[in-house]
Amino acid sequence: MTKQRRALALISGGLDSLLAARVVQEQGIHVEGVNFYTGFCVEGHTHAIRKKDRARPKRNNALWVAEQIGIKLHIIDVSESYKDVVINPKHGYGANLNPCLDCKCFMVGKAVEWIGGHGFDFIITGEVIGQRPMSQRRDTMRIVVRESQVGERLLRPLCAKNLPPTLPELEGWVDRDKLYGFSGRSRKPQMALAKQFGLTDYAQPAGGCCFLTDEAYSRKLADLWQARGSREYELDDIMLLKVGRHLRPRPHFKLIIGREEGENNFLQGYRRRFVQLRMISHPGPLTLLDGETGPEDRELAARIAARFSAGREAEQVEMQLVDKDGSERALQVTPMPVADIRSEWYL
Amino acid sequence: MKQQLDARCLLCPLPVIRVQDRINSMAAGELLEVVCTDPGAASDIPVWCRINGHKVVEMQEQEGELVIVVEVGDSQ
Repeated sequence: MTKQRRALALISGGLDSLLAARVVQEQGIHVEGVNFYTGFCVEGHTHAIRKKDRARPKRNNALWVAEQIGIKLHIIDVSESYKDVVINPKHGYGANLNPCLDCKCFMVGKAVEWIGGHGFDFIITGEVIGQRPMSQRRDTMRIVVRESQVGERLLRPLCAKNLPPTLPELEGWVDRDKLYGFSGRSRKPQMALAKQFGLTDYAQPAGGCCFLTDEAYSRKLADLWQARGSREYELDDIMLLKVGRHLRPRPHFKLIIGREEGENNFLQGYRRRFVQLRMISHPGPLTLLDGETGPEDRELAARIAARFSAGREAEQVEMQLVDKDGSERALQVTPMPVADIRSEWYL
Repeated sequence: MKQQLDARCLLCPLPVIRVQDRINSMAAGELLEVVCTDPGAASDIPVWCRINGHKVVEMQEQEGELVIVVEVGDSQ
């Protein structure tokens, strides 16, 4: 009896990884998916913090893909070990703080570790030669193989015909003739293949499954590193970069100002880690102060935060300052005029 | 006897990861009650359960918190 071969597919939630897994599944291979959580993953749910977005349908695209093609999905938290990829990328960054090539090497490497302990024969990715400027070129795809130490166990079904045969092809586990030879940035072949499989409602790929490709997010992360004098972060730091308005009026502290009720509720969860400013006399945002602040800094922060409240035009507003130890103090401040809030304070 | 899991203040997919990691150490038929605040968990945890052979036996919202009870499946 022929042994049932098992493949682990890296599932991002986009179209390419979905198709790659589906193509191999078509050949009778048992496929399961893996999705690595780095902390920078863009998910619709992050937007679900905001109350105005709560009515939108929410779905985790990697889970959705797994359910569509009927495979198990293992979601693995790699956020701690991923820090080194973000902080010290051997191959550098892309247009923003996106270390795409190092990231791909890291993820395939993690998959190699995982299959060793779980009885899988090979790994599948949705890579296509020429699809991405940094991580999906012929030369950099070789680097991924070398640095991840995956050897011949990495099958890229969507562009396999443009590459030397891998172990699953050489051993006859999969039929190379039924794989594909896609290349370049065009999405048309993938869309045609999706149609062939009867898939229509897939996530629109835009190179954007990671916040690090986002210019505004990268700017905030760079600011965080500069302010702290060290290129380090905790998971909470990078979560908070996704939420609220960030203004840095002084080098040693910044404000994180909730933009609406949902964000205020989310920020409330961080009350023990940051000094907090709450509006008392008028409806308004919850604000966190990130950094060590003295009395003058706190008054400045309160005046700025009040500018984003319903009392922005009032002579004076009342606020409550809650320290990290939970002690509370009332503050009366005059909201800062809009003209005095410098554009360079906005991150 | 239900096991309890606090996944409040975590954004998806972290609640799913916490559920997955806990269930990995549980036996078929055992119950896990998880409390979440990310509304995305209302769709993600049931999907994760469906594709991995577990069952959501109860889901309710209480004062802005989502309480989901999962029964561990046979595939465990």
